[in-house]
Amino acid sequence: MIEMEDRTTTHPEPREPEDPPTRTRQFQLVDGAEIVGAAVSAAALTWLLFSAVAWNGAFGAVLIWYVAFIVIYRSIAQAVHGHLVATDRVMTVVLATGASLAFIPLVMIIIFVVTKGLKYLNIAFFTDTLESVGPQDKGGGAFHSIVGTLEQVGLAAAVAIPLAIMTAIYLNEVKGPMARGVRFVIDSMSGLPSIVAGLFVYSFWVVELGKGFSGFAGSMALIVLFIPTVTRASEEMLRIVPDSLREASLALGAPQWKTVLRVVLPNAKSGLISAAILGTARAIGETAPMVLTVLGSSALNWNVFDKNQDDLPLFILKLIRSPNDAQIARAWTGALVLVMLVLVLFTLARVLGRDRRKADR
Amino acid sequence: MALPTLGTDYIDDRPRSFGASRTRGDGVFRALTSGAGVFVFVLIGSIALFLIVNGWPAISSVGIGEFLTSTKWQPVGLKPSYGVAGLIYDTVLVSGIALVLAVPISISTAVLINEYSPKRLRSWLTGLVDLLAAFPSIIFGLWGLFYVMPNANGTAGWLARHFGWIPIFQADGGLYTNSIFMAAIVLAIMIVPITTSVVREVIAQVPRDQCEAALGLGGTRWGMVRRVILPFGRSGIIGGAMLGLGRALGETVAIALILSPLFKIQASIIKPGGSTVASTIFNEFNEADLAHRQALMAIGLALFLLTLLVNSLARLAVSRSKSAKASSR
Repeated sequence: MIEMEDRTTTHPEPREPEDPPTRTRQFQLVDGAEIVGAAVSAAALTWLLFSAVAWNGAFGAVLIWYVAFIVIYRSIAQAVHGHLVATDRVMTVVLATGASLAFIPLVMIIIFVVTKGLKYLNIAFFTDTLESVGPQDKGGGAFHSIVGTLEQVGLAAAVAIPLAIMTAIYLNEVKGPMARGVRFVIDSMSGLPSIVAGLFVYSFWVVELGKGFSGFAGSMALIVLFIPTVTRASEEMLRIVPDSLREASLALGAPQWKTVLRVVLPNAKSGLISAAILGTARAIGETAPMVLTVLGSSALNWNVFDKNQDDLPLFILKLIRSPNDAQIARAWTGALVLVMLVLVLFTLARVLGRDRRKADR
Repeated sequence: MALPTLGTDYIDDRPRSFGASRTRGDGVFRALTSGAGVFVFVLIGSIALFLIVNGWPAISSVGIGEFLTSTKWQPVGLKPSYGVAGLIYDTVLVSGIALVLAVPISISTAVLINEYSPKRLRSWLTGLVDLLAAFPSIIFGLWGLFYVMPNANGTAGWLARHFGWIPIFQADGGLYTNSIFMAAIVLAIMIVPITTSVVREVIAQVPRDQCEAALGLGGTRWGMVRRVILPFGRSGIIGGAMLGLGRALGETVAIALILSPLFKIQASIIKPGGSTVASTIFNEFNEADLAHRQALMAIGLALFLLTLLVNSLARLAVSRSKSAKASSR
């Protein structure tokens, strides 16, 4: 209050500032009118071109309309606001177009899978198998595939997640002599084509050791794909744990293993869980390696270690190539169930990892 | 206040060692985690070993030069021919087109999410992008097969009619489905989320004070993006694009569902047919005899080495952008 009074006494007549502050990002009606005007005139131009030159095709029309729209909008904005603002406006439109080209197909995929998949969704889908079920028969479901998916992915997760977290601990806590090399290998493995993982397990387990096709062979291929993604994500999570906590624990005399077990891991817990679940969500949809290792089946096989099994991606793949509409409908329902599984796991990972993520940015 | 006095004999003034003392538990702990580290080496080593051992008979039967340069893939018959060059060509072509389509889209999406969208929407959009990066590729394949192909047929036809004089859009009419072009569209949509999330993470590291300085100097928002964000994020963009390329090169199911196998290099990308390395392995493996499987192992090895190279370069680019961030602070 005192300061305010001081100011008024030094400037007895506050003048209007000569350079009034401008709100650069305020969107006014005029701006909207410019966009609409440009869009309409571009549409008119496109129509003229198409009727005069006898071009046709929806794609061409949209393309030409868009180019015309950008050019017209640019010149309007240039005339009204000047060069800099015009560029800014046009680039905003271009960026928004680019982003909608990304989001529209992605949202469309989700809607497409849901609408196609809901048609056949019923209880039988979760309780029946395809054993001795003809294409046109009622019932018939993916119970055997769901069992296979859960067993294979569960087994792979049970082996790969502890291994991956241990590798992450080696990289970030132990920082042993191999750390650089391990990190390099993990980085290059994270782009390993999944079919190559399938080829490896096929030649090593199915043929060389003579174990034949089994759900477990599929799990091994998944482990190969699991390890790099979960290791990388876990390492990021361990890196966020403040060093002061480690130092405090060590200064109190705790050995390193106890520091990691009691201080670092509990602190990174939510992040690690979310990394593990995200890895599982990725693994659940792997298709290519399963063709070489699990082979697929239409009957229920509880034993993951012996004989060929089925899983959801294989179920979808087999039925979608069938010429029969009923089979294709079953495949779409399988796709919906698969998407739902991924969605549930992903949401779980987000919810459990939320507090970490906020601290991140 | 009188301090309690200590006798001099309590003070041990001699220098003492303060190196880390490891307990037996630490020994076990280090051994276990090192074991996990060693396992990673063993894993990648044995992948390479098994592919080499199993693929070598096929490579040596035609000669390594022939294997790498021939475009003739004819694994069945009396005198089989295993040439990987045509398959690599199609793989690189389809991934390259996908990348050209996906990278501008990814950059605009990342910039829009980080710089233009309201804060509330931002976490939702980020979540959606990350979710789709984890989406099974078979779902993209199904969508490509049942939605993109019927609907993009007209687009390909339009390209053929008006740009048919460019060799890549040349076609004799008829259907344009099952082509490299269709596969590339689906692949582009698949790699957009991956590339976007890498680019977004890198440009989120741009020091805010630099952005604010750009705006404070009177720059427009696009000026800020153009002069501050994009230069800073350049190596992240390169890295993200190459990670996307790595995924595209190895993509199997989505491509196998869309492309109809054809083992001939053709200039046109909208004519049906084409074969990538991964789709060939996928299509032929279960019907193959031993020699044929060895040939498939051999082309798998070629794909493995190709993706290894691309990914190493990508990681190098991303880690360089991270160190640039560290030095700018």
